[in-house]
Amino acid sequence: MDYSQFLIMPQEIGLLVVFLLVFLYDTFMPERCQKALPVCTTALFALYTVFSFLPVQPGTAFAGMFESSDATWAMKAILNLGMLLVLLQSVKWANSEFVAVRRGEFYELLLLTLFGMFLMISARNLLIFYIGLETASLPLAALAAFEKHHYESHEAAAKYMFTAIFSSAILLLGISFVYGMAGSFDYSELATALVDKKSALLIASVAFVIAGVGFKLSLVPFHLWTADVYQGAPTAVTSYLSVISKGSAAFAFLVMMVQIFGAVYADVWKWMLYAVIILTITIGNLFAVRQRNLKRFLAFSSISQAGYIMLGIVAANTLGMTSMMYYILVYIFSNLGAFAVIAVIERQANKVTIDDYNGLFKTNPWLAFTMMIAMFSLAGIPPFAGFFSKFFVFAGALKTGDTAIYILVLIALINTIISLYYYLLVVKAMFIRQDDCVIPTLKSHWTERTGMILCSLGIILIGLVSCIYSMLNSAAEASSNLFALI
Amino acid sequence: MEIFSNILIYFVIVPLLTLAGLALCRNKGIGAIRTVAVIGASALMVLAIALVAIFLQERGAGNEAEMLLTGSWTWYEPLNIKLSLGVDGVSVVMILLSAFIVFAGVFASWKMDPLPKQFFLWFFLLSTGVFGFFISIDLFTMFMFYEVALIPMYLLIGVWGSGNKNYSAMKLTLMLMGGSAFLMLGILGIYFHSSADGNLTMNVLEIAKNNAIPENWQLFLFPMTFVGFGVLGAMFPFHTWSPDGHASAPTAVSMLHAGVLMKLGGYGCFRIAIYLMPFAASELSWIFLTLTGISIVYGAFSACVQTDLKYINAYSSVSHCGMVLFAILMFNQTAMTGAVLQMLSHGLMTALFFALIGMIYGRTHTRDIRDMGGMMHIMPFLGVGYVIAGLASLGLPGLSGFVAEMTIFIGSYENTDVFRRVLTILGTSSIVITAVYILRVVGKLLFGAVQNEHHRQLTDANWFERLSTTTLMLSVAIIGCFPNFFVDIIRDSFVPVVKALNEFFPVAGI
Repeated sequence: MDYSQFLIMPQEIGLLVVFLLVFLYDTFMPERCQKALPVCTTALFALYTVFSFLPVQPGTAFAGMFESSDATWAMKAILNLGMLLVLLQSVKWANSEFVAVRRGEFYELLLLTLFGMFLMISARNLLIFYIGLETASLPLAALAAFEKHHYESHEAAAKYMFTAIFSSAILLLGISFVYGMAGSFDYSELATALVDKKSALLIASVAFVIAGVGFKLSLVPFHLWTADVYQGAPTAVTSYLSVISKGSAAFAFLVMMVQIFGAVYADVWKWMLYAVIILTITIGNLFAVRQRNLKRFLAFSSISQAGYIMLGIVAANTLGMTSMMYYILVYIFSNLGAFAVIAVIERQANKVTIDDYNGLFKTNPWLAFTMMIAMFSLAGIPPFAGFFSKFFVFAGALKTGDTAIYILVLIALINTIISLYYYLLVVKAMFIRQDDCVIPTLKSHWTERTGMILCSLGIILIGLVSCIYSMLNSAAEASSNLFALI
Repeated sequence: MEIFSNILIYFVIVPLLTLAGLALCRNKGIGAIRTVAVIGASALMVLAIALVAIFLQERGAGNEAEMLLTGSWTWYEPLNIKLSLGVDGVSVVMILLSAFIVFAGVFASWKMDPLPKQFFLWFFLLSTGVFGFFISIDLFTMFMFYEVALIPMYLLIGVWGSGNKNYSAMKLTLMLMGGSAFLMLGILGIYFHSSADGNLTMNVLEIAKNNAIPENWQLFLFPMTFVGFGVLGAMFPFHTWSPDGHASAPTAVSMLHAGVLMKLGGYGCFRIAIYLMPFAASELSWIFLTLTGISIVYGAFSACVQTDLKYINAYSSVSHCGMVLFAILMFNQTAMTGAVLQMLSHGLMTALFFALIGMIYGRTHTRDIRDMGGMMHIMPFLGVGYVIAGLASLGLPGLSGFVAEMTIFIGSYENTDVFRRVLTILGTSSIVITAVYILRVVGKLLFGAVQNEHHRQLTDANWFERLSTTTLMLSVAIIGCFPNFFVDIIRDSFVPVVKALNEFFPVAGI
């Protein structure tokens, strides 16, 4: 075996090194040092994040099962940034009363799931894709159950577990259909074998694959687990689920679909995605309007955001791919900004409903400010980054020039108005209802503050500084052969 | 840096610096906050006057370019999005108007309470959007600044407003953002058809020069953009946010909103919808002419039956802003010049109205005309101001309203087809209806019997109120007496658009 091929996966190896170091620290350091484990992990991960921005050598390894390209490099770097923000907001929580004894496991499992997602992104073989997916999902069920003393946490874990298994089964069914038709798992071999096999079986397998991944992305109608899991899981896990898990699944999905089924894009799965996107955005939005619990609220908002991310997939061109990565980057910063505020308030005041946030601006102006720009960014209001990312996914989708896509984009745009309504409800509670403040002035931990400052800076600057988009664009251009079949 | 040698960019930089200065003030340091706000607003005023001088000098020197002071800097390279600046006569007078109203608005909110710092922060963010919109000629940056100008309204009304403010703020924001959703689709559609050879561009001038938007796409994209901007221009039936919004907004916000923000709508309709898609404009103009015609008459009739001072002015704004869009759709140079004059006149006059109403309300704590009377004896300065604003509104010669409406209706009547002439005649009737509601208010509010004995103790305007209103009254009179100064700046800017329209539509007077 040629060991030099490991060199094309420096990001994965770095992640494993971090994982092993955390594991060794957890196992062998004396009890009195354990309290520092969260901070040490975060610092180590921050170092690794910086390192993961070093460019990688594009190429394939392990007989073409694993591919590293500029696009996967950029996507993994984006996910690392998000992971760092999640770690920053979880430090204080990991040292809290009931969690402290198991904090080592928390970080180990979290790093493992990220490893699974990296495999999914780089997979060029359905088996690797599936292994990555499972590595990413199973530890998350354990993580969702992490607050053992909470009944909701159990419920969340059980729900997540059942859906994960169910969706895996559906995905496997789709994969086995494909294997039956083409006799291979390799993306490029499948693509050549499936070029002229437009049959009912192919349509069924595409539908099963979309459904299987749709559960991960919580697309409607596969979204029913989302709200309960988000509400019950610990906030750190929820924020991880809502951004990192979603972002990686969307990217891996794009790479897999265009490479395997690119030839039947216009005939078969374009229309399926249209339907799913319209449903996802609309239903996610309509349900979000009625939520009073902020974690459930963000669950439904993240469902509709997933619909906007999918617009980048439907575009099936490099502009769409760039815009999707950019959207995920912006979404990570905006959503994690909101979750950071929720985590601080939940940890200290134990309040999570929108009504509890009344008058937050009076007692905690900086928390309210962070929350406000996060909401504006999610709603797509300039000058915050969310405006730019929305504009670019729409531009990517419309670039296909399809008349039907104008209708799709119009529906998505009308939905941004609905979403603006409920995001404004949060702003209204914090700024306009100043009479009844139930949340006292809180003092956040320095790690949480760092996380929130990073999120705010990201929300304000990512859009105005155009070189980030240009960088992602050149990364996507380098992988433009992905779309050879479209 | 080359970009900083262009005077236009300072219209964005100055408000942003003011924002930064305000952010450094302490929450309770009202003196420092006022100082920073006044410095920012005065700097904008000086800049605007300097811009007019530079513009006149350039034109005087024989520079016939469509846009002056142009400059272009790449922003998002993959999509060919640039920060393109440039002004023509219309944008210059709009910038001047905005600077005036921002200046007057700062003084009108002198005693803002609570949270003065946050109020001025949002106020100047809104101004940033307004100025940014008028100086840019790139679709993306225009749209971005347009939305920057809209969203502060939510908090300005929600936090500092009065009455049914939650409802009004939400309604206004959602309706305007709904308009901008259509607008975004329109802009993206224009962008993807902007060039026949695949060099897509967002620059308005280049798109107009390429003239590559296919006719069937124009028929789809024109309504999107026109309605998108028309919502902000209070076009019937999308005007319903306007009365509620104005009634709940604090004084300075009403001034800025009616005075400047609604002008973004008219300006955008002209600059983007009609200029870039002349074919669809001439095909579909009858629909929008009918709608704006309804706006004019319906707004005026609605104002007649209102009893709340702010509602009266809000409906009168619907009527007057309808006239702006109506005149733009008449497609000839005279009417379009009248439209810009009307924007100027309405902006200043409505700002004056809202400032006065705010001052009266601050004293009497009611805006219902049935509860007030005899104000002329109690507060003569405010009373005279109200009469001047009212006379400008009903089009008395010597004040700005007369110039604007005369130009509009003369221009409209130049069109020879029956449909446009009939609409013009119907539109002219609004002048009479305006006189009815203005004189009704003046008679009841100022000259009637004193309704409430407590009102006799009220005081007249103090120095900053006088400063704010006198600025506006003088400008109304200046436009009325020296309209040629403005007409000369504006008129030539319409040559390109009228030429483009003439391919599809027999433009009168060409």
